[in-house]
Amino acid sequence: MTEFFQQIVSGLASGGVYASLALALVLIHRSTQVINFAQGEMATFATYIAWTLIDRGMSYWPAFVLTLLVAFVGGVAVERVVIRPVERAPVLTVVMVTIGLLVLVNGAMAWLWSPEVKSFPSPFPSRAIDVGGVAISLQDLGILGMTLVTLTLLYLFFRFTKVGLALRAAAVNPESSRLAGVRVSWMLALGWGLAAMLGAVSGMMIAPTSFLEPNMMQVIIIYAFAAAVLGGINSPVGAVVGGLLLGVALNLIGAYAEFLGPELRLPVALAILLAVLLVRPAGLFERAVVKRV
Amino acid sequence: MALLELEGVEARYGQVRALHGISLAVEEGQVVALLGANGAGKTTTLRAVSGTVRRTGEIRFEGRSIVRGSPEGAARLGIAHVPEGRGTFAELSVWDNLRMGAFVRRNRRAVSADLERILVHFPWIEERRGQQAGTLSGGEQQMLALARALVARPRLLLLDEPSLGLAPLVVREFFGIVRMLNQEEGLTVLVVEQNANIALTVADRAYVLEVGEIAVSGSAEELRRNESVRRSYLGY
Repeated sequence: MTEFFQQIVSGLASGGVYASLALALVLIHRSTQVINFAQGEMATFATYIAWTLIDRGMSYWPAFVLTLLVAFVGGVAVERVVIRPVERAPVLTVVMVTIGLLVLVNGAMAWLWSPEVKSFPSPFPSRAIDVGGVAISLQDLGILGMTLVTLTLLYLFFRFTKVGLALRAAAVNPESSRLAGVRVSWMLALGWGLAAMLGAVSGMMIAPTSFLEPNMMQVIIIYAFAAAVLGGINSPVGAVVGGLLLGVALNLIGAYAEFLGPELRLPVALAILLAVLLVRPAGLFERAVVKRV
Repeated sequence: MALLELEGVEARYGQVRALHGISLAVEEGQVVALLGANGAGKTTTLRAVSGTVRRTGEIRFEGRSIVRGSPEGAARLGIAHVPEGRGTFAELSVWDNLRMGAFVRRNRRAVSADLERILVHFPWIEERRGQQAGTLSGGEQQMLALARALVARPRLLLLDEPSLGLAPLVVREFFGIVRMLNQEEGLTVLVVEQNANIALTVADRAYVLEVGEIAVSGSAEELRRNESVRRSYLGY
């Protein structure tokens, strides 16, 4: 039983990473109906920046905060420079642009930092603590806590600030938002900035265990995508719950269904996704928009 | 000087020209009605003012040209446009819809004072502030749209077909509130209406549009007595 709980906690920790990245996907999809396939590479890029800062002697938390700022500015810049010119193009065009961005960023990382695997420090101790007979790793607890703090801050921002409100409004009704005085096109850029920040958090959380290399996020982004679709691609709450559920499910399968082996983790994740979507095509949390005329 | 002046305004949707040179004026403190059949260009005229359609010609607001401005720029100048279909943020709560009205304003205290004053006219809003706005009835959404526009404390209110799809009683209540705000607070309104009867009871002046041009204009009283207006738009 204790092992079961350990598996749950550690599943929640990796689920938190999927959740952050899934939320980044949802943020962009809500306002532009585009899946940003480069989200994972952008996260890895931000992680490399953190690695460089730490490598040059900066201590962890200042480097963490600085990386978030750089990621935000970078996200805004990517939207302005790369996405803005194709803003009015069909969704498929924009998706192709994000795929191009994925390849570009991936190549840039290999060129700037070499493809060789780097170790990335963790801010959390590697000990375990005893909670009612269950040994829980502080590493897992730290990652989970970090995710929860990030999500809470994001929630408060969207719920209580004027800019957060404008971001939500611009996503659901851009025309009306403009009539209310909102510069919608800047809201899109702001959304990209926030998404890039979320990605940076997930990258820095996963890097200590997965090690840093240019392809670090390529499997994670698929999990994140699965989590987002599982929860409902336009539902922020769904993305978070989807991510946590997926993390726990994958961890339990890894621990108790050994016959499946680690190679089958990804197919199993996608099989779960398929099964859920067969029952609930819009995802677990997608609210049908209620409209009365 | 009129608060809003249009001179030879043209507008087009792609190749289709919707306005063929409209000139009109709205004086401060007036309610002006735009009447006309479907497709006459009433909605496009409002959209030209708020900048949600491409237009040429001259549009002056408080004496300054705004013909090159954006919709968000118009909002910042104090033009509140309640579009066709009410522009409700369907997935946001009733209260968040109201907060969106105050987006252009900076002084929080003044906003909450205004909110209190406005909600006197819409007492039900307070009780249903957490409800998703898309689940309100059509009449409630129209009232919410009006309240949202008022929170912006507009210099000019543009209303597009507010009576559309509403019960006669609700329409009368809506225009009652508009008239009260006009008389008590000097709110300036440019309203597009199919329902010429009700529009002319509230308006000071009116313009009748026919295929993108102004056919008749005058005081509401004059238009009510105009033979052809009576027959075509008032139906008696």
